[in-house]
Amino acid sequence: MLDLQGYGPRLLEGAGVTVSLAVLSLTLAVVLGLVTATAKMSGNVVAHRLATLYTTLIRGVPDLVLMMLLFFGGQIGVNALTDWLYDATGVDIFININEFVAGVVTIGLIFGAYMGETFRGAFMAVDHGQIEAGKAYGMSSRLVFWRIRFPQMMRHALPGLSNNWMVLLKTTALVSVIGLSDMVRIAAEASKATREPFTFMMVVAIVYLLIASVSEWIFARLQKRYSIGYGEMD
Amino acid sequence: MKKLLSLSLLSLAVAATSAQARDDDQIRIGVDVPYEPMEFRTPDGELTGFDIDLGNAMCAEMKVECEWVVQGWDGIIPGLMARKYDAIMSSMTINDKRREQVLFSEPYFTPPSAWFAPSSTELTEATEGSLDGMSIGVQRGTLQDNYVTDMYGNVADVNRYSTADDMVLDMEAERLDIVFLDYPVGQSTLLESDNRDYKVIGDMITEPKQYFGDGFGMAFRKRDKDLAEQFNQALETLRNNGTYDDIKARYFDES
Amino acid sequence: MQALLDWLDGLLANNSIFTLQTLSFYGEGLTTTVQLVFLSLIIGLIMAVPLAIGRSSRHGLIKWPIFAYTYVFRGTPLLVQLYLIYYGVVFVEGVQESWLWPLIKDPFMPALVAFTLNTAAYTTEIFRGAIKATPKGEIEAARAYGMSPTLALRRIVLPSAFRRALPAYGNEVIFMLHASAIASVVTLMDLTGAARFVYARFYAPFDAFLFVAAIYLCLTFAILYFFRFLEKKLLAHLKPMT
Repeated sequence: MLDLQGYGPRLLEGAGVTVSLAVLSLTLAVVLGLVTATAKMSGNVVAHRLATLYTTLIRGVPDLVLMMLLFFGGQIGVNALTDWLYDATGVDIFININEFVAGVVTIGLIFGAYMGETFRGAFMAVDHGQIEAGKAYGMSSRLVFWRIRFPQMMRHALPGLSNNWMVLLKTTALVSVIGLSDMVRIAAEASKATREPFTFMMVVAIVYLLIASVSEWIFARLQKRYSIGYGEMD
Repeated sequence: MKKLLSLSLLSLAVAATSAQARDDDQIRIGVDVPYEPMEFRTPDGELTGFDIDLGNAMCAEMKVECEWVVQGWDGIIPGLMARKYDAIMSSMTINDKRREQVLFSEPYFTPPSAWFAPSSTELTEATEGSLDGMSIGVQRGTLQDNYVTDMYGNVADVNRYSTADDMVLDMEAERLDIVFLDYPVGQSTLLESDNRDYKVIGDMITEPKQYFGDGFGMAFRKRDKDLAEQFNQALETLRNNGTYDDIKARYFDES
Repeated sequence: MQALLDWLDGLLANNSIFTLQTLSFYGEGLTTTVQLVFLSLIIGLIMAVPLAIGRSSRHGLIKWPIFAYTYVFRGTPLLVQLYLIYYGVVFVEGVQESWLWPLIKDPFMPALVAFTLNTAAYTTEIFRGAIKATPKGEIEAARAYGMSPTLALRRIVLPSAFRRALPAYGNEVIFMLHASAIASVVTLMDLTGAARFVYARFYAPFDAFLFVAAIYLCLTFAILYFFRFLEKKLLAHLKPMT
């Protein structure tokens, strides 16, 4: 029905790259987001300033520019370091900032900034009385965090999280520009070689829509789970 | 703060997962594809082309195992510096600007550059006057880019592409009036193309040396002098025993 | 102070990258980026208003096609849309001979079309959300005054929806500015294109990309403050009286 002219398996491989890139960078983004949110709410002036600087800088510069800066510039920075190490100690290692690592780190860094805002809002939305109640029960602030603040925060954070994930998924397409063989790059190669851009780009578009629809469904289920105990979703 | 610190350590650890000690038995060669007929892929993903065949023959001559690492042109020299590979063999022209960064082998091939345009074009020569207002295609960061930008950047519209493939596609689509390419590449992708008719405009261009340098060379890190010497000797042997000419005949019809 | 000036002087003198030529590339890039983003936002905005109204319609024949359009354009990467339009359009039979060709030939127009369709889809959904959030009481009050649905839409629903949509739309504008960086993949010399050129020519990623990042940062702040100003001043009269 659909003639992929032998590019089918490579496209599938590319889809795998897209998905694993997205999942890994989401993980990094969630960790960074939690750290940023904590730093912003910590009351520590330095931590607050650093976190604000991070979110402002990241959100002010295009993803593609950050990615190129990290991928092209990161290599030269690392190279200076390892060359120095070689000259100083004779140890010859090479650290390979490959496209995949650069992609995960950049996308994780970018969305960490957005996640920070999402988590901060969600933490603030947790009823303060509950935290006090926890403390009154003699819970340590750690325990309060894991038993009370975190689970309730997730309920408020999920819509934002899901939103960020959808944007992140599409951002992965940019790695094709720095040379990573994700789905988009393979489709672009195939469309140039076969002169059939419609076929290949359509296939890619459909796969993106599929991934988006599946994740929408997963997030709806998660939302349900984290809303147990609440009459209706808000 | 502590968390921030441990986090940056964590991200370093992610980056370092791909760090490893160098394996001395294997030589990794960086190449940018596609650049037909110098280096390109068959539909099933296999690398082939003049550089690939010659490189493999030299490695066989040196009795070492070689692995090709595909790297976009934009990042090909930084990639060598970062030890992602040990050499570059990717139709790289030897010139002074690059000599500041890398160590070159002896030239293994010397192609001229040339202007290519559709046969229907009214252009007969490429000069500042005739190129006025034209759309010129070049590959970003190549010597052709530097030459065209400096010579005609003020009068013509210079379109820069990441790969030669993109450029050929836009030439076929008639988005470009004329392109400036290594002659063998233009010959293979344009003159021998089934889709449309193209012709060479004006003479082959090899001057000034400031841009066009001394032919294609393999590039190494400056401290890898031994490695460069090994390749030079292998090339010498292949030129003498006829292998070099065999490979050349595979990709270029001698004119 | 004098030492600092001397140091700066020395820095610029030894600088082989930021010459007049490269700075003019960045300048040209700035113009292209601003034109591209501004035009696509304006056209996208004009398209989005009727689309959002249609999307809120009760008629399936109006509602569903618009939903499909926004779903597809919001669910796929802009890069894929750009490739489809830039490379796809030249394979349409006879396009090179048509009157449209001079427009499509230049990479600016395909990029503008892709960006416009993309931002129109997002803006449609932003407006739809804002229209949906209109308090029932306002509509009922309009009805009670004997306004026709069209008049109520024009006088009551849309003005208050615009106000609610403003913060989200401000984000969309910034998003579009950042998304426009991909124009360089279809050879447009936008800001990012200029940075890529300077990088490829001088192998100087930090200089090339940090400089352009600073320009984008300034643009982002300009947009941010513009929208804050807009929210505060221009729409103050639409705020409910207290």
